[in-house]
Amino acid sequence: MPGYILKRLLQAIPTLWIVITLSFFLMHLAPGGPFDGERQLPPEIEANLLATYHLDEPVWKQYLIYMGNLLQGDLGPSFKYKDFSVTELVAQGFPVSLELGLWAIGLALLIGLPLGVIAALKRNSTVDYLVMGAALAGVAIPNFVIAPLLALVFGVFLAWLPVGGWNDGQWQNLVLPVVALSIQQIAYIARMMRASMIEVLGSHFIRTARAKGLTEAEVIWRHALRPAMLPVVSYLGPAVAGIITGSVVIEQIFGIPGIGRYFVQAALNRDYTLVMGTVVFYGALIVLLNLLVDLTYSALDPQIRHDD
Amino acid sequence: MSKPRLAVGSLLLATGLAASPLQADTLRLAIMGEPASLDPHKISGTWENDVVGDLFEGLVTEAADGDRIPGVAESWEVSEDGTVYTFSLRDDAEWSDGTPVTADDFVFAFRRILDPATAASYAYLLYPVKNAEAVYAGEADSDTLGIEALDERTLRITLERSTPYFLDQLAHYTAYPVPKHVVEQYGDDWSRPEHMVSNGAFMLEDWQSQTRIEAVRNPHFHDAEDVALDEVVYFPIEERNTALNRFRAGEIDIAREFPTQQYDWLQDNLPEAVQVAPYLGIYYYAFNTRDGHATSDPRVREALSLAVRREVITGRILGTGEEPAYHFVPPDVAHYDGAELDFADLDQQARLERARQLMQEAGYGPDNPLELQLRYNTSEDHRKVAIAVAAMWKPLGVEVELYNSEVAVHYADIRQGDFDVARAGWIGDYNDAQNFLSLLEGGVANNYGAYANPAFDELMDRAAGTQDLDARAELMAEAERLALDDHAVLPIYDYVSRNLVSPTLTGWEPNIEDIHRSRWIGFDD
Repeated sequence: MPGYILKRLLQAIPTLWIVITLSFFLMHLAPGGPFDGERQLPPEIEANLLATYHLDEPVWKQYLIYMGNLLQGDLGPSFKYKDFSVTELVAQGFPVSLELGLWAIGLALLIGLPLGVIAALKRNSTVDYLVMGAALAGVAIPNFVIAPLLALVFGVFLAWLPVGGWNDGQWQNLVLPVVALSIQQIAYIARMMRASMIEVLGSHFIRTARAKGLTEAEVIWRHALRPAMLPVVSYLGPAVAGIITGSVVIEQIFGIPGIGRYFVQAALNRDYTLVMGTVVFYGALIVLLNLLVDLTYSALDPQIRHDD
Repeated sequence: MSKPRLAVGSLLLATGLAASPLQADTLRLAIMGEPASLDPHKISGTWENDVVGDLFEGLVTEAADGDRIPGVAESWEVSEDGTVYTFSLRDDAEWSDGTPVTADDFVFAFRRILDPATAASYAYLLYPVKNAEAVYAGEADSDTLGIEALDERTLRITLERSTPYFLDQLAHYTAYPVPKHVVEQYGDDWSRPEHMVSNGAFMLEDWQSQTRIEAVRNPHFHDAEDVALDEVVYFPIEERNTALNRFRAGEIDIAREFPTQQYDWLQDNLPEAVQVAPYLGIYYYAFNTRDGHATSDPRVREALSLAVRREVITGRILGTGEEPAYHFVPPDVAHYDGAELDFADLDQQARLERARQLMQEAGYGPDNPLELQLRYNTSEDHRKVAIAVAAMWKPLGVEVELYNSEVAVHYADIRQGDFDVARAGWIGDYNDAQNFLSLLEGGVANNYGAYANPAFDELMDRAAGTQDLDARAELMAEAERLALDDHAVLPIYDYVSRNLVSPTLTGWEPNIEDIHRSRWIGFDD
């Protein structure tokens, strides 16, 4: 097993390199630069700024400089947030997004999985239709609609919870964004779990289990649940990566200092180093989580083994 | 004093004392974005000015109504020819660590912002200072810069030439002093909360990136006893609806911007909190006057300008308090009485007739319609205005292609001249007509349409050499007249500032620069 993990990590290096290289050149292909804005700077000022950040060099040379710094663990300074390096921005924002994301995923699993199972067991009943109808609505309503509604109802009208802000992650500040973030996930997970459960319940080993005379509860708990969760687990890899790296919509609406906003804003600002920093970070995270998913797989499904 | 204050809970926990923290007056201010920096030499946004302007004070500073009043300088003399300013600094000017603010701190600051290594994007605001441009370009040594400390409390600034708005500009953050002793010790890290020392009414306590910036009253500030607030907390909130919701929920006291779509609702429901005031900015369309564009023909430009119904745009399409603009320099600019487009008095019917006639003369008609590209940067309001303008041009037989792009691309392209008509806007760097009119001088980078009229340039040159404020204003008004007669641009509306200010506050006075220092704000007890 340790050999397998090592192999996977080594394989990640060329993957990340390709991601970084592609992103770097694509980013520089986009028209406009970090110092283009409503006011044109006097030429000598612009030239000086470009020189300060090596932007006056040919792109291939900038690439070499960037890769050189990256290998030493230096993600560079942010062009926009001048008092912080990209590493600091990620280090400050990620724990916030992570905390929010883990709560949201936890809530989504806690509610989504049982809902899916219940819907599958009561297939084509009123309960099933209700759950799946709600899930469909959850998938269909985007979070930029849900989030302001939650803020308006619970923050402004009822005044039970703060409308926005982080406040060092006080639970009051967490509730609304976590709920807003998890609604779609609950819906996805419930739908996936239902479909997969139905499939598993129709398979041979379940028939065998029932034939052995096990009770329905034992069949579900001991035999059906684990294989039925496999699709959800493989969905969780990219989903967790997406959620714990923050949602630009949720962070904007609730004023949360995570890193989600940087994905979009850095690109719009042409804050090259911050764009690359988030790409590197996100890429590495996805690789890591996919590895975790594969390891979880082998724990859940005895047919899958990762031998050295 | 009945409002719950954010800081109270944590202070109670921290100290276990109920009495004194409850007395604390904390202003909670929503600013429009996360500051790029708190170093006055590294910023360029109004939201950064909101914070940095509370932390620092220049030689002159802004009163509650935006007027300039003495700051660190207590008095000054200006030479006959208007090029040499001698300032006497007040005795009680101190940094927040108790060190005196000296003339040397100003010399150090001016040299630092003009040092190419600082990479200050706004350094050019100090170009009126003698040799500033040459120093920035590395062509002159930094001690040739026109600023010197005659003694600890006397500062002399020499200008390239007489610049009537220079004194106003000294209140701008580019002209703030920085603490030499701290900057030399910590280098670029000096503006971090753990190191920063400032000389304004407030001093930095904490900065949690993207969350909050806390500043407390600076006991060393020369006017500290008249500062009503104990603390100011700045919340960077980019999303205007979030700022509005947090204001409604009582989580903030001032929001420096509100969503325009909510204007009607706010007027009905929170009329005492809505503050809309004229602002130092103009929203306009630039005409590409370069060869090969139909808009190089002044008749076409005039016709297009005639057909735009500005009252419909401000009243019905935007409906958020903007005023229709028939001028290029906003109306409330200091020491200035500007010109107006000559058709401002005509009714719509007459305008349209004239426009049709002009188009015909220019060779456009039903069989030869004018095809134009109208570019704007991505924004809901810009889109609405562009669609309306395209519809208003339709009666002239103009076929408009609307083209939108994100802001960086928009400005990069239109500077290259890649457009026919393009949305543009200008917020004054300082309260002077010259700042707007210079956008139309030949060869200036922000002259997107490359309008070039030697007579205009000459008038502006003469104005720059004129010390008498009235004579100077007349020359500039004449220049504006020329540009308007040439239809160099298509002015659409004057900007307004929009704030939400809790009615429990005192000391908020609307002003054209929309500058509100927390030093003047207090709670109505």
